[in-house]
Amino acid sequence: MEDNFTVERSRVPLTKEDFVSDQMVKWCPGCGAHAILASVANVFPKIGYKKENFCVVSGIGCSSRFPYYVNTYGFHGIHGRANAIATGVKISNPHLSVWIATGDGDSMAIGGNHFIHIIRRNVDVNILLFNNQIYGLTKGQYSPTSPIGSITKTSPQGTIEHPFNPGELVLGAQGTFFARAVDTNVKIMTEVMFEAARHDGTSVIEILQNCVIYNDGCHTPITSKEFRDENQIHLKNGEPMIFGKNNEKGIKLGPNGLEVVTLGENGVDENDLLVHDQYSQDPGIHLMLAKMTAPYFPVAMGVIRSAMYSTYDDLVEEQIKFAKANSKIKNVDDLLNSGDTWEI
Amino acid sequence: MAKKKNEVVTREDVVVKFVGDSGDGMQLIGNLFSDTAALLGNDLANFPDYPAEIRGPHNTIAGVSGFQVHIGHKRVYSSGDMCDVLVAMNPASLRANLKWAKKGATIITDFDTYDEKAIEKSGYKVNPLEDGSLKDYNIIPAPITSLNKEGLKSLNLDNKTAEKSRNIFALGMIYFMFNWKQDKAFDFFEKKFSKKPVVVEANKLAFTAGYNYAETIEAISVTYNVPAAALEKGRYRNISGNVATAWGFLAASERSGRPLFLGSYPITPATEILMELSKHKSLGAKVFQAEDEIAGICSAIGASFTGSMALTSTSGPGLSLKSEAMGLAVITELPLVIVNVQRGGPSTGLPTKSEQSDLMQALYGRNGECPLIVIAASSPSDCFYAAFEAAKLSMEHMTPVILLTDGYIGQGSELFRIPKVKDLPKITPPIAAANDPNYKPFNRDPKTLVRKWALPGTEGLRHRVGGLEKENGIGNVSMDPANHQLMTDLRYEKVMKVADTLPKQEVLGEPEGDLLVVSWGGTYGAVHTAVEDLIKEGKKISHAHFKHIMPMPKNTEDILGKFKQIVVCELNSGQFVQYLKMNYPQFKYKQFNKVQGLPFVVTELSEKFNQILKEI
Repeated sequence: MEDNFTVERSRVPLTKEDFVSDQMVKWCPGCGAHAILASVANVFPKIGYKKENFCVVSGIGCSSRFPYYVNTYGFHGIHGRANAIATGVKISNPHLSVWIATGDGDSMAIGGNHFIHIIRRNVDVNILLFNNQIYGLTKGQYSPTSPIGSITKTSPQGTIEHPFNPGELVLGAQGTFFARAVDTNVKIMTEVMFEAARHDGTSVIEILQNCVIYNDGCHTPITSKEFRDENQIHLKNGEPMIFGKNNEKGIKLGPNGLEVVTLGENGVDENDLLVHDQYSQDPGIHLMLAKMTAPYFPVAMGVIRSAMYSTYDDLVEEQIKFAKANSKIKNVDDLLNSGDTWEI
Repeated sequence: MAKKKNEVVTREDVVVKFVGDSGDGMQLIGNLFSDTAALLGNDLANFPDYPAEIRGPHNTIAGVSGFQVHIGHKRVYSSGDMCDVLVAMNPASLRANLKWAKKGATIITDFDTYDEKAIEKSGYKVNPLEDGSLKDYNIIPAPITSLNKEGLKSLNLDNKTAEKSRNIFALGMIYFMFNWKQDKAFDFFEKKFSKKPVVVEANKLAFTAGYNYAETIEAISVTYNVPAAALEKGRYRNISGNVATAWGFLAASERSGRPLFLGSYPITPATEILMELSKHKSLGAKVFQAEDEIAGICSAIGASFTGSMALTSTSGPGLSLKSEAMGLAVITELPLVIVNVQRGGPSTGLPTKSEQSDLMQALYGRNGECPLIVIAASSPSDCFYAAFEAAKLSMEHMTPVILLTDGYIGQGSELFRIPKVKDLPKITPPIAAANDPNYKPFNRDPKTLVRKWALPGTEGLRHRVGGLEKENGIGNVSMDPANHQLMTDLRYEKVMKVADTLPKQEVLGEPEGDLLVVSWGGTYGAVHTAVEDLIKEGKKISHAHFKHIMPMPKNTEDILGKFKQIVVCELNSGQFVQYLKMNYPQFKYKQFNKVQGLPFVVTELSEKFNQILKEI
């Protein structure tokens, strides 16, 4: 990688305080977004880039107030278009570390097109997808990730739509990075955000976020103290997939796909379990992992996929560099006088 | 048979139209004809006229493709109304274009294509070459297919390959008609087909066969001499409006030092701008072919925030899709140029035809009070200067600009006197200095009301902008009623203050008189020609052609007040005239409108002007 493609590093160590904005945070008390903001404040100083080289872009929705609350260059866009705006930011200045705050309405519904295309192109940005399975800012209508049957203000008899699983959508769009975290677990959020920052290409982090007002407890079956050990698995690269209150369960690849097995039962031991390889180019296992849903499977947390591919913004710079080195046209005067011209 | 000596007629200008099936190579011979005229020193303007279908059904009207060339000893301002010479390669193209041939025009048509089936498919009931319906024209039914085949006999080509040079046979006849030497055509064949010597040979044989045929027959009684035009000294080239637009932007990028970013989605007739800029990565142009129109403009807004000279190009339906994002660029007060190469609407409308019907949309088609600069290019070569100016105004005034061109000037071409980049005006974007302790996102220059452009990556200028209303100066989100009023007023005044920097509106002809003809945008050529002709006849008529629409030049009111009558001509149902009535209600306006997907022709304009002049 060429030097000029990388982000300039800070000459002084940064702290959380370097990214604190002077704006009053106006999310509802108890909203999961507060914890996401705290995690970002943990991560940004650790990345090591100059503080002026961060740019946070958002669309519309509760999630999208995010740029006002971090002291970076920030752009609060229009509904659904954060990914398109951020694409322009990154292509225009590849030296920036670009972060996108978006939600299940912003990126799964009105901005679905931009979401799949930024991923397909592998533009080097980090997408924080706040998934609370509801439209909060407009006061409680179902979203494309609301489970079928959800009773909301626009679905009094329950929704009749099949929801998106964001992970499937990311991998279907040939995503190179997908991670999942819960808003109540700042440690895992911080960890996956750091990995996202390290990844070259479009990183998508789905954050299972609670909406205390319009969809309180939507992730409780996965996140509550009572269920979380049984219904979550924290994936770690290179380690066998083990979960459960007493680490007694595991994931095995059987003839018909993934299976939940109990260690010690039917002669199963750790060697039978899948070992997580987040860097695998082949997305097959990653897709199966992303699709696991409770109660039959634990929901996969952590980095599910982090595969290496060239990024769009790097290739743009390479093509420009090649053209500059090889074209006869070095300036606009050359261009104006190229081809058929004549003197009168 | 003794050869009859041809009469050579010297002409001020001649219009030639080449028509045939799409795939007959009409664009190629049209361009070659026009390039030759240009090299011989003529002024010229061209227009390709092609169907919405890529290859329409063979031998039908739907499949007809054409290319019109207007060459002149005098200055040529448009591709001309009616042609003096029509080359029609089959019955369908003759039937579709006869109405564009002057009475007495020379019509060369391929006699061999007039079989029963082709005549029927073209919609003729009987063979028009035999029923006397063409008696008002100098019709030359040349057996082009068979003579061309005969001419290529020595090459032993199959029929299909041989038929590909029918167009070149016809071109040979036209060269004879203009008393031109074959060199330019032969040079072109050698350059264009350098890797296919057989094709070069075939084209040379076909050309010579056509030339010799024209010389031998007696049907061509008149040949033309169009002396070189008295053009300003300099280096010239041929340029189409869309390419000129792209190049104007490249020049603005170089002059401003801001890298060019284009976010765009292919749409007829604007796609050439996207294609052309894609070629110029060596000049640092970053071109992003987006997933849709909205991503095109939104990526450009992101690039503008980041410090690029940001552009998006589109045509009518795409402009509709970009409306919301244009509002975002207005409220964030970021520079952005939106090019709308207008076409026939509404909806998908007439994609390959030209219209001026997006003016109101450009001025007002957004939610909220949402003013921006609107300018319109007047001819293919003017697109270069209009694009340059749009980019300059947008960056220096920190506002989006809509540049209106249209399919007619976008795809038409004309001579372009090549400027030097150093002679173009300077562009000075108001970039904020690093660590400026007084920087606030919405602090403004007291004179121009323009805010500073603070580029991400710069130390000491971190800030946020967005679609929510901001407090003037400090830039925090604000729902305060008085602040919203203030910001609304400031955004409007900022755009209106651009008029302080604009040149005065010019008038062709006397500054006062009986009739002022008003037009704007791509109709310049035809309107200018019509008015100029009437001035020569001694009529008290003048012409004001507007390029600056929002804001308008400051002397507009003075100009309008000096004439007994005003007539506003435009290719819509009267959008600019409504705008003038709103801004200058003290004057009475007549209007002349046409919404047929076609440009104005000089004769219909002159007729209208004469009629108004008579009534005064």
